[in-house]
Amino acid sequence: MKKAFLFVSVFVLLLSSACTPGAAPERSPVTLNILAAASLTEAFQEMAPAFEAAHAGVTLQFNFAGSQQLAQQLANGAPADVFASANKKQMDVAVEAGRVAADAPASFVQNRLVIVLPPNNPAGITALADLTEPGLKIVLAAKEVPVGQYALDFLAKADADASLGSGYSTRVLANVVSYEENVKAVLTKVSLGEADAGIVYTSDAASATGEILQIEIPDGLNVIAQYPIAVVQDSANSDLARAFVDWVQSSEGQKVLEKYGFLPVK
Amino acid sequence: MNNHRHKGIRGSLWKASLLPYLLFILIPLFALLAGIRPADLARTLQQPQVWQAVRLSLLTSALSVLVTLLIGTPVSYYLSHRQYRAFRLMDTLVDLPTVLPPAVAGVALLLAFGRRGLLGDWLNLLGISLPFTTAAVVMAQTFVAAPLFIKSAAIGFSAIDCELKKSAALDGANRWQTFRYIVIPMSWPSMLTGAMLTWARALGEFGATIIFAGNYPGRTQTMPSAIYVGFELDLTVAVTLSVILVTLSFIALVTVKWFVYHYIEPASIETFD
Repeated sequence: MKKAFLFVSVFVLLLSSACTPGAAPERSPVTLNILAAASLTEAFQEMAPAFEAAHAGVTLQFNFAGSQQLAQQLANGAPADVFASANKKQMDVAVEAGRVAADAPASFVQNRLVIVLPPNNPAGITALADLTEPGLKIVLAAKEVPVGQYALDFLAKADADASLGSGYSTRVLANVVSYEENVKAVLTKVSLGEADAGIVYTSDAASATGEILQIEIPDGLNVIAQYPIAVVQDSANSDLARAFVDWVQSSEGQKVLEKYGFLPVK
Repeated sequence: MNNHRHKGIRGSLWKASLLPYLLFILIPLFALLAGIRPADLARTLQQPQVWQAVRLSLLTSALSVLVTLLIGTPVSYYLSHRQYRAFRLMDTLVDLPTVLPPAVAGVALLLAFGRRGLLGDWLNLLGISLPFTTAAVVMAQTFVAAPLFIKSAAIGFSAIDCELKKSAALDGANRWQTFRYIVIPMSWPSMLTGAMLTWARALGEFGATIIFAGNYPGRTQTMPSAIYVGFELDLTVAVTLSVILVTLSFIALVTVKWFVYHYIEPASIETFD
């Protein structure tokens, strides 16, 4: 057993020495790991080339997923430099895990909810009240996903609205056929026509490639999603990470976000 | 003596070379088991969503095995006769789902059987809508897991001496009778082994399921989907379900090995040292 141990340690040593980089040259290429909510996919990807051009040697490596997944990855030690969440709750998970300083997160953009329908609207939905029609196939994000929770918040608000009839949320939820793992999956199921309706962010609806239809949710019932962004505390390149966060908050970054249907922070 | 000692060192080095892989597999499994307290296990199992996922997984995987037996056995029997010209094409076709990423299988199923899919209009005429249903879960699992049964059973079928079947035919048995009274009794261990493998794979199916069938508790949310979606909210739920899945898969594999060693290749058991 002793010999076995010796063998394994030699093996591991060999491996680790092979992985240790030599003396790092100056201005070595840097990769920034950006964990960002799935809804930010198109906007952040559009910002990337300009940021990389302005910061020579820097490559942005995005990881887009449901914020709840990213927060969990952070909590479990995933290497990261910036975290952009679709709600405060998941940013708090990262703060509680000690990966983000408590005072670091700043709201950088807002989003709203919208109802999306497949191209030729097979169910003939024209108003919010139609979502209660029995037999519809509605797709929401799971409540663990920020947009899923926001959708439930919207339904709870709608319950108080007499014009939508009593028990609105119960009747809508009875039509839900699937709780998807992120907002893009909801959009895909709707744009493929497999679902009759879904609830996503206005930004997702704006960046959808297919010709999906939309039904506005009035201000009084809508839910405003606040997106916080923060530099990860243990980032090895915190200056550059800070620069990316500033970039997102700059007028240039905000313009891109607005183009994709996001709302500026007031 | 010296020579013997030399051999001993080499022997233990040889054995030590097994360690990296074994540890790589064992440590995560151990971490799963260590990650849960028995009290948590009992408490989590009482949550309706966990119980629903367990029940749905057991139901759908059992149905997938049943469907596989029905539609896979003929293919398997055909594949056991290598002289057919279409053998290679068919053999490759059967292997394809096992190497495809499950997500690809999910997209393909959606594009074929979805409401707007290739067969969507015909299915709509019949009043059938497959996505988001338990049937879709069974389809996804069968698509991905059936090849395991088909390949395993084909090996069993091909081991049967052709002369036996010929003499059965000489005695007036038709194909069905030959199959029923000669082939099945002689190859049931391979069929059972394949069925267990298919069952275990169906139980673990996730990628195709969540794309084609979605995720709805009690209807389409299987154990793997619940692990994936529940992971973020409640790690205990994810770990509990993972432990159940590992246990079931382990039982399935032990059963398979037992049959392989006792019925299929009892002569070829060799010790490794």
